Amino acid sequence: MADGHIILQDLRKSFGPKHVLNGVSLSVPKGHSLVVIGGSGTGKSVMLKCVLGILRADSGSIRIGGEEVVGLKGAARDDYLSRFGMLFQGSALFDSIPVWENVAFGLIQGRNMARAQARDIAIEKLSQVGLTAEVAKLYPAELSGGMQKRVGLARAIAADPEIIFFDEPTTGLDPIMADIINKLIVDCVKRLGATTISITHDMASARKIADDIAMIHKGEIIWQGPAKTIDYSDNPYVDQFIHGRGTGPIQMEVLKA
Amino acid sequence: MNPFQPIGRAVLALLAEIGRVSLFLKDAIVQGLTPTFYGRQILEQMWRIGYNSLPVVGLTAFFTGGALALQIYQGSTPGTASTLVPNIVALGITRELGPVLGGLMVAGRVGASIAAELGTMRVTEQIDALVTLSTNAFKYLVGPRLIAAVVTLPILVAIGDTIGIMGGYIVGTRSLGMNSYAYIKTTADFLHLDDVTSGLIKTAVFGLIIAIMGCYHGFNSKGGAQGVGRATTNAVVSASILILAANFALTNLLFTE
Ligand SMILES: Nc1ncnc2c1ncn2[C@@H]1O[C@H](COP(=O)(O)OP(=O)(O)O)[C@@H](O)[C@H]1O
Ligand SMILES: [Mg+2]
Repeated sequence: MADGHIILQDLRKSFGPKHVLNGVSLSVPKGHSLVVIGGSGTGKSVMLKCVLGILRADSGSIRIGGEEVVGLKGAARDDYLSRFGMLFQGSALFDSIPVWENVAFGLIQGRNMARAQARDIAIEKLSQVGLTAEVAKLYPAELSGGMQKRVGLARAIAADPEIIFFDEPTTGLDPIMADIINKLIVDCVKRLGATTISITHDMASARKIADDIAMIHKGEIIWQGPAKTIDYSDNPYVDQFIHGRGTGPIQMEVLKA
Repeated sequence: MNPFQPIGRAVLALLAEIGRVSLFLKDAIVQGLTPTFYGRQILEQMWRIGYNSLPVVGLTAFFTGGALALQIYQGSTPGTASTLVPNIVALGITRELGPVLGGLMVAGRVGASIAAELGTMRVTEQIDALVTLSTNAFKYLVGPRLIAAVVTLPILVAIGDTIGIMGGYIVGTRSLGMNSYAYIKTTADFLHLDDVTSGLIKTAVFGLIIAIMGCYHGFNSKGGAQGVGRATTNAVVSASILILAANFALTNLLFTE
């Protein structure tokens, strides 16, 4: 636990009366890939946004490489964020600029790299996710969902981050495209040697990219273990989730949510 | 049921909103108007806010100047018309109608587009993505819009003032049969630089109001397309009301000894 690259301890976050994170604790060793599974609205995205400081956690500790990062400001925060890459749930590409500039954005704006040099890196990263230089000139709205995900992936890895978050990388894609994205994620992560947290509710995807799997339910981690052991977890929540059963301890809060 | 309860609640909500807008304004100035500056963004916004508003502001000023000339002619005697029409058209346009109507037209055009654009960026997580790419959203998005609005609006209105006075001149000389040379001479005699500059000072404040309201409502929009629509409406309505209120306050300050 203590030697994890990313360590969250008792992270809590509420929006008004709504408690979303109720003490999340988890640890990811350096170079490992953790997949967090859990139903919709259980606080998975909120957890990642707290780590990135997009949302401010109410309490708890977030340590990256042994360093407490809650409450970082200004230049220290920019330095901190430059160690991360993030693939957003809806790709979140900037629609006013072409694909290559999306990928190069962090290099040009965040790191003041010359545009020509950043462009070359962007084209290289795009080719790593299987996109040609032709695509680089298009605008995000001209791409299919799967291609947008690839561009988002290229943007996330553009600055060679040491930590990458993937928020539902395969949601909304057909199974074949999902498999391609999974493979790209595994390849990219291996190439960079990055530590990653991925969020998904797609078990095929989880099995493909995870070293470890954690399950979140009602804002708490209720199970964490090596990916291979998930089928023998003896945890009724995990069993219900991975087999996609309508009945079990997890009640879909369709009406309450 | 206490009849004062809804009133009290509305007042409290208003005060809270004023507080939030003030904090936003502080961030916009402290973060958005300090280095580093994004030159490209500033130029692009100047183009979009300033240059593209020229037709709207120009046409508004032209028709207003013309209508004003007709009304003043109606209200004056044959003997006084030749001085009153050019005089009041020039003062009315430069001190009040140019800035206020120009400001309101730009609030509709630009305030709405800023709120819609930033609102869409908010709900599609593009603003969150900026943060993860080590780019300060206040510097990258708010600062350039603020600078562009405050700088270009006075230029726009100065051009509008000229066109408005020309509108009065055309109506005066073509349809009211006034002497062209005398009209220009009277305008030049009565119009002081003070009238123009005080009008332009107002306009710079209106530019600030438009940009801040557009950015504030865009940044705080939530809940998809409907939320963006609401943000757009709120941006235009609040900017328009604030422009009229600020105009009253500034007129008091600038034109009464
Ligand atoms: N900015 C916010 N303001 C208020 N509520 C939020 C906000 N962000 C997320 N929530 C709420 O927190 C809960 C968890 O959201 P999220 O983490 O996005 O779920 P998921 O696990 O599907 O990613 C949801 O019920 C959502 O409505
Ligand atoms: Mg989510």
